Amino acid sequence: MSRARDALLAGLVLLLGRRREPPRPDAHLLPPVPKQPRAETAAIALLFVAALCAAAFPVVYFVDAIPAKTQYLGLSIGLALLFLAAALIVAAESVIPTEELAHAYPPDEHQEDEEYVAGLVEESGKGFTRRGLFKLGLFSAGGALGVAALIPAVSFGPLGVKEFYGTSWRKGRRLVDENDVPLRAADIHEKALYTAFPEGADKEEQGSAVVVVRLPQASLTLSGRVEGYDADGIVAYSKLCTHAGCAISLYRAPLFAPDEPLPALVCPCHYSTFDPSDGGSVTFGPAGRRLPMLPLSVDGKGELRARGNFDDSVGPSWWGVRERRPSP
Amino acid sequence: MIRKAVRYVDTRTGTAPFLRKALRYVFPDHWSFLLGEVALYAFIVLVATGVYLTFFFVDSREDVVYHGSYAPLQGQHMSEAYRSVLDISTTVKAGLLIRQTHHWAANVFLAAVILHLFRVFFTGAYRKPRDLTWLIGVTMLMLALLEAYVGYSMVDDLMSGMGLVIGYAVGLSIPFVGANVMGWLFHGPFPGGAVLIPRLYIAHVLLFPILIAVLLTVHLVLVALRHHSQFRGRRQTERTVIGIPLFPGQTPRSLGLLFAVTGVLFLLGGLVQINPIWLWGPFHTYISTNGAQPDWYLGWLIGGLRLMPGFDVTIGHYTLIPGPFWGGALFPMVVFGFLYFWPYVERKLAGDVAFHNLLDRPRDNPLRTGVGVGMVTWIFLVFVAGSSDRVQVLFDLSYTGQIWFYRVAVLVVPVVTGFVAAWVCRQLVRGEQVELERRRAETEGRLELASRLDQA
Repeated sequence: MSRARDALLAGLVLLLGRRREPPRPDAHLLPPVPKQPRAETAAIALLFVAALCAAAFPVVYFVDAIPAKTQYLGLSIGLALLFLAAALIVAAESVIPTEELAHAYPPDEHQEDEEYVAGLVEESGKGFTRRGLFKLGLFSAGGALGVAALIPAVSFGPLGVKEFYGTSWRKGRRLVDENDVPLRAADIHEKALYTAFPEGADKEEQGSAVVVVRLPQASLTLSGRVEGYDADGIVAYSKLCTHAGCAISLYRAPLFAPDEPLPALVCPCHYSTFDPSDGGSVTFGPAGRRLPMLPLSVDGKGELRARGNFDDSVGPSWWGVRERRPSP
Repeated sequence: MIRKAVRYVDTRTGTAPFLRKALRYVFPDHWSFLLGEVALYAFIVLVATGVYLTFFFVDSREDVVYHGSYAPLQGQHMSEAYRSVLDISTTVKAGLLIRQTHHWAANVFLAAVILHLFRVFFTGAYRKPRDLTWLIGVTMLMLALLEAYVGYSMVDDLMSGMGLVIGYAVGLSIPFVGANVMGWLFHGPFPGGAVLIPRLYIAHVLLFPILIAVLLTVHLVLVALRHHSQFRGRRQTERTVIGIPLFPGQTPRSLGLLFAVTGVLFLLGGLVQINPIWLWGPFHTYISTNGAQPDWYLGWLIGGLRLMPGFDVTIGHYTLIPGPFWGGALFPMVVFGFLYFWPYVERKLAGDVAFHNLLDRPRDNPLRTGVGVGMVTWIFLVFVAGSSDRVQVLFDLSYTGQIWFYRVAVLVVPVVTGFVAAWVCRQLVRGEQVELERRRAETEGRLELASRLDQA
């Protein structure tokens, strides 16, 4: 009995001993790392914490009682990833062997091979007697094909600029607000900014929106082609800044003692500043043109109407912006 | 198990010899070499979160009336594109997390790219044989800026529309053909045709990402083919690269960085609000808001546009150079022109056509460091000038006064900082030489003393 037990024990010892056999000598590819059981424990713990954080993600996602989903979802997946990162860094720093190796940089040049490649290409063309002509043919075919391949792209949009000049303003067209209600002269007050559109037109068109303000008639200095463009002190200008095309939505007309010259229409994008009493001239900022002005009149019912089109092209400048005026 | 897997791969592909070499590829160790890696990982997050967002985004300008769950916008007219992003942000579970992570990743991506560019510039890593890698990197930066701009333009909220019209105006300012080109791209004058948002969309999710991904691959292959550059050291020479092998040393570290970057981005996306488009409302050409600022990486362009005094260059009835050209087009062209040509200018100036595997420290090359610091100052000042309106609100400094200050400062300060930087470089090098001589003299003195004592 005891013999059998001894044999069993011996067998067990042998079996276990075999397992602890030292690794084969050729397995030493990497330098040995001193055992760091605490760092290893830390890495394992971090991995389980990462798993825990990640497991919270579906819980937050599915349990409707949890508020602030975005925050908790971000927290769970973000922390899971950070703990995973920490585990890897701990392992890299203390468990996984890290060697410093020296390698030779690749050679700067391989002259023999360069020579061979260049020679090969050169010799391949030895059979040509009219090489220049062949090259010309190649370039012609390639160039023409390249151009042909690009032609379909012309369909992307109009290449002409006719549309850049048009607006929906016409003589007699009423000014309406965002809800298509006509603007009445009596409702336009000083020190306030109104936005108006041509009745029935597409409000999104660049040439549509105008800013309307009322100024003391005596303060107006409209001259040249915008002379008399106001209607009893009410003036209208294109709402699009002539610098970069943003909407002019600031009106500087303080209700208390001013410390800046008054009044001014200002674009909030780059602070181009225009003088509404002086035909929209630029007083500050990067705009290179005055605001196009819309001639106004008041009809028998007291409603504002356009007396024609803008005196100049609307929106940011381009090559032909000063060439033509919008048709009246 | 591992042996079986390796054998499987080798017998099917014959790549064991290649793997053997690749796994032992050497990475020089310096914290600043991680910046490019951070950019790469942010790009991976951008692609992953971006693909998710495409399943919900609707690339259409079709006018719809909003009846969704966000009460303040009830009943408003808006484009389908904007409504779909509202829905991603409000009703799609985890939608806002992914959207905000995507936006944060774009910010971190560009920040990492630019810091990486600084590292490469100020250490002279762009010199032969790595000039091609540099040119591709600069091109990727340009594409990344366009990609980011197109990405937030296609959402069609108030901010994106204001940004889009400014970009349109800058396009229009290109001499002679600006209007033709923009009318062609937008299908008519601003706000363009119904095809505009689909065009922005396909550019954002296909065209630019593929270009960037291809260039990124070439960039990395070129790095590996020539091996990393490194700082000079006791063992580091022009012929020998010292570092940690890809496996096992570098792999867990790089993976750790990947997960760390991703984790930080998701924490930002979950906890720190970015571009809350529901607050901006839909865009209409006739609406704008005060205090609008672009994402930081476009701040230098808004600064350029705001600083330029207002004038159009005209010939008779024709407008040769509209105002936005200077700040919006010429300024970035000069900056990118500098980045593209500097390696060759430096080669000419220094007469240096040699191979360089060793990096300079910034002090080793006062000319380069001075020019670089001058350029950075210039761009940074224009960038800061772009925030003058916010400074006025916060500190009550006159906007007009600030603009005039910056108009002068951007011309003067870069020259000053450039020369100061070059002077500091020279002083640092001289200090090192003095220290070296002192030590040599000390050693000599000690030796002499010892020999005298011996004689005595």
